[in-house]
Amino acid sequence: MKVSYNWLNQYIDLKANKISPAALGEKLARTSVDLNDVSSPSDGLKKLVVGEVKECVAHPNSDHLHICQVQISPDETTQIVCGAPNVQAGKKVIVALPGARIADNVKIRRGKIRGEKSNGMLCALQEIGFSNSIAPQDYDEGIYFLPDDAKVGDSIFSYLGMDDTIVDTDVTPNRGDMLSMYGNVNDIAAIYDLPKHFSTHECTEDAAEQADDLIKVHVDDEKIAPTYLMRIIKGVKVQPSPLWMQIRLWNSGVRPKNNVVDVTNYVLLKYGQPLHSFDYDKLPVKEIHVKHPADGTKMTTLDGEERILKANDIVIAADDKPIALAGTMGGLETAVDDNTTTVALESAIFDPVMVRKQARRLDLHSESSMRFERGINPETVEKALNEAAYWLQQLAGGQVAKGIVRGSQAAVKARQIQLSTKRVNFVLGTDLKTEQITDIMRRLDFATETVGDKIMVTVPARRWDISIPADLNEEIARLYGYDKIPSTLPTMTRTVGGLTSRQKFLRASRHVMEGLGLNQAISYSLTTAKKAKQFQIQPTDREPMQVDYPMSSEHVATRMSIISGLLNDVAYNIAHKVANVALYEMGRVFLPNGEPRPVEHEHLAGVLTGQLTADNWHQKTKNVDFFQMKGIVEQYLKNIAVAGKITYVANHDRNEMHPGRTADILLDDQLIGYLGQVHPLVAKDYRIPETYVFELNLEALIKADKRSRHYEYISKYPAITRDIALLVDNKVTNQEVVDVMTKHGGAYLKDIHLFDVYEGVHLPNGKKSLAYTLTYQDDRATLKEEQVNTAFDKIVQRLQDDLNAEIR
Amino acid sequence: MGLKERLEQLRKEGLQQIANSSDPDKVNAVRVSMLGKKGSLTAVLRGMKDLAADQRPVVGKYANEVRNDLQAAIEKRSAELAKNILNAKLQAETLDVTLPGTAVAQGQPHVIQQIIDQLEDLFIGMGYQIAVGDEVEEEVYNFEKLNLPKDHPARDMQDTFYVTPSVLMRTQTSPMQARMMEKHDFTKGPLKMISPGKVYRRDTDDPTHSHQFNQVEGLVVGKHVTMADLKGTLQEVARNLFGDDLDIRLRPSYFPFTEPSVEVDITCFKCKGKGCAICKNTGWIEVLGAGMVHPNVLQMSGVDPEKYGGFAFGLGPDRFAMLKYGVEDIRDFYLNDVRFLTQFNEKG
Repeated sequence: MKVSYNWLNQYIDLKANKISPAALGEKLARTSVDLNDVSSPSDGLKKLVVGEVKECVAHPNSDHLHICQVQISPDETTQIVCGAPNVQAGKKVIVALPGARIADNVKIRRGKIRGEKSNGMLCALQEIGFSNSIAPQDYDEGIYFLPDDAKVGDSIFSYLGMDDTIVDTDVTPNRGDMLSMYGNVNDIAAIYDLPKHFSTHECTEDAAEQADDLIKVHVDDEKIAPTYLMRIIKGVKVQPSPLWMQIRLWNSGVRPKNNVVDVTNYVLLKYGQPLHSFDYDKLPVKEIHVKHPADGTKMTTLDGEERILKANDIVIAADDKPIALAGTMGGLETAVDDNTTTVALESAIFDPVMVRKQARRLDLHSESSMRFERGINPETVEKALNEAAYWLQQLAGGQVAKGIVRGSQAAVKARQIQLSTKRVNFVLGTDLKTEQITDIMRRLDFATETVGDKIMVTVPARRWDISIPADLNEEIARLYGYDKIPSTLPTMTRTVGGLTSRQKFLRASRHVMEGLGLNQAISYSLTTAKKAKQFQIQPTDREPMQVDYPMSSEHVATRMSIISGLLNDVAYNIAHKVANVALYEMGRVFLPNGEPRPVEHEHLAGVLTGQLTADNWHQKTKNVDFFQMKGIVEQYLKNIAVAGKITYVANHDRNEMHPGRTADILLDDQLIGYLGQVHPLVAKDYRIPETYVFELNLEALIKADKRSRHYEYISKYPAITRDIALLVDNKVTNQEVVDVMTKHGGAYLKDIHLFDVYEGVHLPNGKKSLAYTLTYQDDRATLKEEQVNTAFDKIVQRLQDDLNAEIR
Repeated sequence: MGLKERLEQLRKEGLQQIANSSDPDKVNAVRVSMLGKKGSLTAVLRGMKDLAADQRPVVGKYANEVRNDLQAAIEKRSAELAKNILNAKLQAETLDVTLPGTAVAQGQPHVIQQIIDQLEDLFIGMGYQIAVGDEVEEEVYNFEKLNLPKDHPARDMQDTFYVTPSVLMRTQTSPMQARMMEKHDFTKGPLKMISPGKVYRRDTDDPTHSHQFNQVEGLVVGKHVTMADLKGTLQEVARNLFGDDLDIRLRPSYFPFTEPSVEVDITCFKCKGKGCAICKNTGWIEVLGAGMVHPNVLQMSGVDPEKYGGFAFGLGPDRFAMLKYGVEDIRDFYLNDVRFLTQFNEKG
């Protein structure tokens, strides 16, 4: 809320106590509500004075400019060319003298306009920093006229309230009371422990008529309007309100309109009580109902928009026709206009949830709806109504009909809350005395009754946010001062902190990936529906989970694999000329399974493109390939020590993958992931070059048995190696060869190392050569040549028999 | 010339030749010519047999001395020459040590992960457990059980991606408060946990907003947990992450799930409180929200607010990383530009 310092000062002695606006803002931020800004409307402006237009003639070389002789001090008159259509002799105007600063830091200089000297500028309010949303409409088409009694040569600031300072607070939803001057005065008085002199005005009922002869009000359900009061004010003359009231409004960010509307807004700011004024004569019948409309009912609101209503909206209806949307906006048909003479003035409390829903649905958030949503002070509904009636008497010449018409009126209840000093200290960690607590309550104007350690606090209805002892703890803490609360650490039963085995596994997985040269990426979990479905480990036809009302077409559905996000990352890097990308990501994928929420699995995925380390002066690096990625996956699976058997099986059918360069990864025949090259067409879609990826389902790996960490005996006896080169059919895989060797290798075969693969012109068509080093070793004795020969011959024989291998 | 004189002469000649030898081969040639089987000294020694018996020990001793002297001189000279050769070789092998080293592939944890890990380690050290929840949450846990009933104005504070009316992308990691309290056996001691993870808000991405970011929720509930404990705990967090000499301050705020609720500021680590552009001249930077767990929240999770109480806080690793490293655009965290990711490579 934009809180005027000058207005506050009227009710509480800030200036006299040397509390500056800046200090007040800081204090509020530390003790009450957050602060946006402390600023003055005159910030950045200078040399703006009251002038009087003495003479005004048409500019000879222009069809719209005027040449004005403007008196700018008791003994100086100067010539200023002005383009405003409303400029006229005899008016007091805002003069920006040469050297002045006006809005947007514009500097005014002497000059000539179409050949005529102009020593300054006559200003509209917008030109001295007023926004269009607060500058009075009357001056939309020209410069502003100051009051006739303004003294020529004076600074304009005091005439327009621009010497005020605005403390702009950011009120949290619980402190609806701070959306009024009344609430601010109460809180500031409590903070500084200062007396307050908030004054209210009562109207005199000077019309002959009884209000309830003029109108009948029915509240069909008290839940929707617990309090609904109305007064009738007759003989009103609609005209601009006095400048002091306009200043109050515009300094609070509200645009002055006419005296009737301005009075309701003034009272809204002062009490936080929204009011609505109907043109009494426009009411189709003089009997109104506060009720829910029929679903689909139409009405035109003040802004000229036709609204289609819902059955849980709240309306004020006359003759079963809605004439206002309760709490949000009035109807056009019953609006006050320049010819209005009788005003029906409403002061009410509406159900906050219903107002909120209505305002949200119709996108009609206003100063009023905001206050209804956050709560209304039941103590001041009637006071606000009476004060508004008073101002209509004072400012619009109205006569107030006798009595208030009451559709409903909930009783004003203060709440009683019991505190104990011991408990307050127990929660806050403080060492407060009972008297300190009751003193804080006194500053808040909360009555207390103390019996021993127990304090019975009576909380007035104006603080409807306080209902339990914890709420009072907050009042005590903030007014005592958070700075005075000590800093300690919890002293309770000792607890042992630590990572669970799952968390340790996930951390270890990240560390392995980093050790292998991959950087951790964190990508978006929400992506397009198309990308969300791609690259699933276990491909399904299921659609990904989608959010309602996404903010961007790029972030619609939850990912079912991590790879698609990593490919976006690759694309971003490539587009920014980063050619070498090695990333991994660990995170959730979301797999719909027919339940309300999808299953969330932890996955690990990696991506490689370009080179793992960049070329340098010293050595040329190879581009990454399938085997580089496989090496990373193999090393990872070794490091996390799964006990079962890992196999890599070619899969030619993954949609997004290269059909010849993709392997499923199996753990004891269960699919746990895959790796390979992204299909060139998919890569093209993503705008990325040749790229290799893997993805693993960590849930399967977390659950898998782990190798026992048992020491392996290192033989002290010499090892014997044998090399073997085989010529086999192209389709024979390394795995098949290794399987044969392993199966028939005998007890001493310790290692099989592939050292060469060759396919090419020197070999018969359809053949390839594989060369291995076999290592034999006995743990307990030196192996004899003959033992190795026997074992080796057996392998050779089986390779020839089983795989039709030719030994080279 | 007597034998003795002959020996003296040989010693002189030998030492002279050794000293003059300019490479190991020449030294070796001297050794052969004097000490070898046919060497001149060897020849002299052979002549000993012709000496009178009483002369033999005297001359023999002297001959041995000469031989030892020559031997020592040869070894010394050989070593000298070998050293010279090695030095010359090493000289020839000289590198430009200012050339860059060979690149090693090393991956870095994401900067946000680094912050989360740091927080996890800090809180584990203080006896907390880490509770990780689902990112697609039930509305009941994300809002209702946190004292945020439907149509509460505070829901405006968090725009939400709904999936169905009862399922949503969690807007905070606070749902783990309720989930953990429901599971915890308070007769076995207090609940102390933090819950890190991704959260989602229906926001348009811009330099200071991201529809996805991270949060670390903290919760301590036990028989006697005070606001002073909250303050002390957050002080540890601030000092651990931003520097030992920093202070914190609390300001009133509002969260439906805590009462009292506070915003927490830390001393600006850039200007140490003097006021600068980062802290907008206030000397303080707002870093997190916290408060004492609202009795309604305890009650809804089956914890008796008469017997137990505690504090909760929620902080944003993204914001921490932005502050700590001066990152200007939150979107940088999720674009994964390799040049960005690899900057944060300090260890320990």
